[in-house]
Amino acid sequence: MAAEFVARGADLELVGIRKEFPGFVAIEDLDLKIPAGEFFALLGPSGCGKTTTLRLVAGLDSPTKGKILIGNKDVTADKPHERPVNTVFQNYALFPHMSVVENVAFGLKQRKVSDPMPKAVDALKLVELEHLAQRRPQQLSGGQQQRVALARALVNRPSLLLLDEPLGALDLKLRRQMQVELKAIQMEVGLTFLHVTHDQEEAMDMADTVAVMNKGRIEQMGAPEALYERPKTIFVSKFLGQSNLFVGDVAESNADSVSINVAGNKITVPTKRAEKTTGKIVIGVRPEKATFHEDQAPEASSGLNVIGPGKIIDIRFTGVSNQYLIEVPQIGNITVFAQNVGKSPVTELGAKVWVSWKVEHSFGLSDLPVDNGEGK
Amino acid sequence: MSRFSLGKYLLPTYTVLAFVFLMIPIAYTFVFSFNDPFKNTTGWQGFTFDNWTGVCNNIDVCLAFGNSVLIATTATTVSTILGTMLAIAVTRYEFKFRSSTNLLLFLPLATPEVVMGAGLAAQFLNAGIPKGIGTVIVAHILFTLSFVVVTVKARIATLDPKLEEAGRDLYAPPIRVFTKITLPLLLPGIMAASLLAFALSFDDYIITAFNSGTEVTFPKYVFAAAVRGIPPEANVIGSAVFFFAIALVLVFQIGGAMRAKSLAKKN
Repeated sequence: MAAEFVARGADLELVGIRKEFPGFVAIEDLDLKIPAGEFFALLGPSGCGKTTTLRLVAGLDSPTKGKILIGNKDVTADKPHERPVNTVFQNYALFPHMSVVENVAFGLKQRKVSDPMPKAVDALKLVELEHLAQRRPQQLSGGQQQRVALARALVNRPSLLLLDEPLGALDLKLRRQMQVELKAIQMEVGLTFLHVTHDQEEAMDMADTVAVMNKGRIEQMGAPEALYERPKTIFVSKFLGQSNLFVGDVAESNADSVSINVAGNKITVPTKRAEKTTGKIVIGVRPEKATFHEDQAPEASSGLNVIGPGKIIDIRFTGVSNQYLIEVPQIGNITVFAQNVGKSPVTELGAKVWVSWKVEHSFGLSDLPVDNGEGK
Repeated sequence: MSRFSLGKYLLPTYTVLAFVFLMIPIAYTFVFSFNDPFKNTTGWQGFTFDNWTGVCNNIDVCLAFGNSVLIATTATTVSTILGTMLAIAVTRYEFKFRSSTNLLLFLPLATPEVVMGAGLAAQFLNAGIPKGIGTVIVAHILFTLSFVVVTVKARIATLDPKLEEAGRDLYAPPIRVFTKITLPLLLPGIMAASLLAFALSFDDYIITAFNSGTEVTFPKYVFAAAVRGIPPEANVIGSAVFFFAIALVLVFQIGGAMRAKSLAKKN
């Protein structure tokens, strides 16, 4: 059944894209290549230019400069209805004056494809909604509308499917469920998906490749695990998960490791995980990679970074983990996540602790904090 | 002992009285459309169906009525089309002088009819255009246009631009996005606007009086006739128009209710 919809997805290539709106620049200079069949996520805060990028690809806006290629064909000057691209809009944008099946058949009818109605019903089967074909969109729940929007786009077998925060209007539970379904459908139909979202969990969960966008530029791009384990900029380290960051001048540097001095503490990062090895640099660690020790400092060794002593100033219970905020004089606050496995190391505020983590879990960033102040 | 409740007695009484007051002229018109026109007076002469069966025996009433229908239909058609296009332009497109256009569209709503009627009459005179049905139609298009724009604009405000974008995205060229998506979704607003324009045009007296020359419209006829007592045929037409309007509203209401019911049933 699903084979009906299998089409060879096409490569998408953006070359030197710039988009200016009156008064501001939405996208500065964007180069991007998405291979056919990939699930690609554009992740960023609101206003970072990700939705603008999507609209440029759909043809709903035109770039100020640059080229858009779909399957090696330049479509920059093509109108939206001439592009082999379909969009699942943020609030679905289902036509309220048509039934569900008419909505799905709309694109087929516009292209004068034969037997639009049976094909539309097949697409509804793919999203398991064929029993609601005659309803009006406003009679469906949010999750069902979302699936209709997906069917309406997929039925056209576009080379490229654009998803503009398609799960943003759903509640958390439904969102997680739709993530799984969406990913399954993408694998089944083998189309190229370009998914725009501000939800980092959603992006990491579904995408093969994630591009983190900030202020109209792509900060970093890669597989979700690589981005998380090895962020390269302060923005990425904080937007994708949380990070403890430490700023200091490089004290030692060799082929294996780079160390900085932060208020008398030596913090080391493997050279192959550092973007910069000279001058002032930022070294970070994820809160779940760090642990803390009560009463006495852990034994110093070359494989361990140790900071302290500090004191616990906040404890938060979040279910799967406890989050501890530790204040270290002259350094600032450090966040540590501890798995909630029944033996939390410390449960009281004000306890004196040392924080440690393995050197191989450090990462060195390429930029410096703007205010150049606190380590956090 | 409950205290005297304002809402319990006073409000219903007041409401009933208000409705009676509103309905008296209509009831009067309807009752007197059955008056035997033995003498042309305002008093009750006796019951008859003659006025309804032979409404065009008084040919002047019917000619005036025909003129009014012709004027209102033509003016409404033109102002609905122009007004809808204007409303879409000022809400959806960026262009030079957009805000001034918006302001100018509101001016006729605020202008006293006497001023607009007299101004138009002077213009037609200066331009050497003879007054007649044509000048009345032009005048009516002018003053109903603003009402159409305002009504249709209100409907456009509720229309999500994403729907039109979805249409473009789904391979519909601009003209078909308009006919398949924009127009069907605006239709209730356009219908309401054209009904309003028709009603305004049909019973307009002041602007018409300035610009119609010797042509007689229904309001002009009734106004002139009222001096000697209104002929029963005028009452017949007045009643008929009233019931036609009521029927139209009922059809819309029942249609809407039935659609809502069938939607609810499918749920």
